[in-house]
Amino acid sequence: MKGMTLIVKETTRLLAGLIFLYGIYIIIHGHLTPGGGFAGGVVVAGSFILLILAYGSDYMHLTREETGTTITENLAILIALLIALGGMAFGVKIFFSNWLPRGTVGELVSAGVIPLYNIFIGMEVAASILTIFLALLIFKEELTK
Amino acid sequence: MNPLIPLFIAIPLAGAFLTMILGKFLPRLNKYLGITVLLLLAMMSLISVATISGGTDIYKVGGWEPVGGIPIGIYMVLDNLSALLLCVINIVGLLAVIYSFTYISQYTSENYFYSLFCLMIAGMNGVVLSGDLFNIFVFLEISAISSYALVAFGVEREQLEATFKYQVLGGLASLVILLGTGFIYWKAKTLNIADAREVLWAGSEKPFYLLAQLLLLSGFGLKAAIIPFHAWLPDAHSSAPSPISAMLSGVLIKAVGIYVIFRLFFNMFVLSEEIAVLITVLGTLSMAVGVFLAIGQWDIKRLLAYHSISQMGYVVMSAGIGMILVSRGTKPEVAALALAGALFHLINHAAFKSLLFLNAGAIEYRTGTRNLREMGGLAACMPATSSTSFAASMAISGLPPFNGFFSKLIIIIAAVMARFYLLAAIAVIVSIVTLASFLKFQRYAFYNGKREAGKENLREVPFPMVLSMVTLALFCLLLSLAALPHFRDIIFTPAIRILTDAQQYTAPILGF
Amino acid sequence: MIVYLLCFVLFLTGLYGVITRRNLVKIVISLSIMEFSLFLFLALIGYVEGGTVPIVDPADTGAVYVDPLPQAMVLTAIVIGLATTAMLMAVIIRVYRKYKTMDIREIKNLRG
Repeated sequence: MKGMTLIVKETTRLLAGLIFLYGIYIIIHGHLTPGGGFAGGVVVAGSFILLILAYGSDYMHLTREETGTTITENLAILIALLIALGGMAFGVKIFFSNWLPRGTVGELVSAGVIPLYNIFIGMEVAASILTIFLALLIFKEELTK
Repeated sequence: MNPLIPLFIAIPLAGAFLTMILGKFLPRLNKYLGITVLLLLAMMSLISVATISGGTDIYKVGGWEPVGGIPIGIYMVLDNLSALLLCVINIVGLLAVIYSFTYISQYTSENYFYSLFCLMIAGMNGVVLSGDLFNIFVFLEISAISSYALVAFGVEREQLEATFKYQVLGGLASLVILLGTGFIYWKAKTLNIADAREVLWAGSEKPFYLLAQLLLLSGFGLKAAIIPFHAWLPDAHSSAPSPISAMLSGVLIKAVGIYVIFRLFFNMFVLSEEIAVLITVLGTLSMAVGVFLAIGQWDIKRLLAYHSISQMGYVVMSAGIGMILVSRGTKPEVAALALAGALFHLINHAAFKSLLFLNAGAIEYRTGTRNLREMGGLAACMPATSSTSFAASMAISGLPPFNGFFSKLIIIIAAVMARFYLLAAIAVIVSIVTLASFLKFQRYAFYNGKREAGKENLREVPFPMVLSMVTLALFCLLLSLAALPHFRDIIFTPAIRILTDAQQYTAPILGF
Repeated sequence: MIVYLLCFVLFLTGLYGVITRRNLVKIVISLSIMEFSLFLFLALIGYVEGGTVPIVDPADTGAVYVDPLPQAMVLTAIVIGLATTAMLMAVIIRVYRKYKTMDIREIKNLRG
């Protein structure tokens, strides 16, 4: 896939970083404000997708199976599952229980394990949406060949 | 709280994700990982069925205790009915994985297969264990989405077409289920099945709940392929790789369709006679129409898929008879007998239908065809496949001493005792037509004539495939022991008591 | 009540599309329309007259909040809908590669 015009490329170059940071902001404030892992992950993936769309995928040399994102996704969701299982090992020993100290309400580092879930779910969602996008892109490139 | 309950979901999920990571670096390892996961689950399900003994185990996920007697948070409930279904899911799953050991090596990207397989198991275990409506929807979607991908695993023309059809209809079913769940929540303001039952019994808005009942019945009926909603089943079940066909036909339609219908209509809704009659009619229709659609088929797997519709019809019809009697409040012992027949036939069907699909896979593995006209004389060169499929064919057509005979007998006796003579007669006729259809299968596949070219190349399939087929054939024979009164009391009676007396289900959850 | 009716009309629009459209992509779009009408419905049933965002503010004790549970349900259902749609699109691209068409009338190997 070829890239777009110079105007799009320059605008994207300016915006992509900001969008990425905004996604990160939504993820880490998930337990304080609306949003969280899923919403933030989609925004993070959006910044990558914007870059690929603007600059084209030719320079990425996509192979038939793109595995980096798949492995990130699986690793992230596995860690989230391990945190949930950690509830069975520590504290009250219940699946999905909040086994870290809660802290004070309203601070950034508080609410026990919920920020951790948000971070890893955010990683998972970003990686999986990127995986879907890359898979569709690879399919399309195979079609046009 | 029983720590096994969340592990039923966590272990296969972890297995699925680990397979994807490890499969990239150590591609040889993933099949052993799959077998380990399923072996663990099978052992856990056997332990849970042995230890449950009529009680109810509740797991409050996250440790959220009820507030003022109203359950908040997610409840997981393990009772005898769930334990029975867990056994079916995980044991058939284990045998299917052992079968896939060599079978799936003809496809590429094995690690995706095992990962999706574990996800499907996790979803089904979740459906069976969950105690609230929305959780059922979520786990149902996990198992459904992984089964969409597994049906398309061969990525050939017909698999893709089948999976598209399956996905559109499955998606519609999910939407209808979500709509029904929303309707329940709208008026009852709760999603917990036991809590919703209390509200529904107190409530007066009958027409409204009737609408919700119809929505949920059509949604789960679509998942269970009861006859007006059956269009996707023959395509999807015949196009999938054989171990997956065995899982779909043997387990998935029961765990996400029939089980949920049982659970919701017996334990949540106020049983009304109209709905019970409707369910009975639908069951009878799928029993009769399914078998007549099957008899003209020449593709083995399509034939088996249509028989799945018909055999599920037996289960639904028998459960419907039970529902009619329970809603009338008469003849409780006949209702219990009908439900015993339904549950027994459900388990038996899991054994013989998955065996038949594995047989079909073995035939396809060696001869490369699914068309009955192109095979013949396989009995001489594939003795294990031939004899196990003979056992399964006799079991499905209801000949003694195989398990199918006893469950069909119980169903027919229950129908006669409930004075539904027409239903009993239809059940007998359908059983005879089934026998005719399977005699055709046996004759054309294994005995008819000689295969001229390439016959000397045919050998028995590799050992893992034979192992799982023989184990399932033994199940077909041994499960008939469950018809003995002593075993029936241990296995089925507590499960039936939960179904017929909803108080048994709700009381431990709400904590009276 | 009119909002619920409009929601239902949207649902039926999607159903009409699923039944009558011939193009595979249009079928998926119709399914998505049905899905979103349901999300709307779920968000509506959680609405409380005059309610605010369900984030508890300890200072304001008399506040009325809308029901957060349907919102959580909608979020979960959105994730599931995303997965289903992605799966369907991947299948459609594969179908197009094999059949060289997106017309559902020409994709009928399986019948009987």
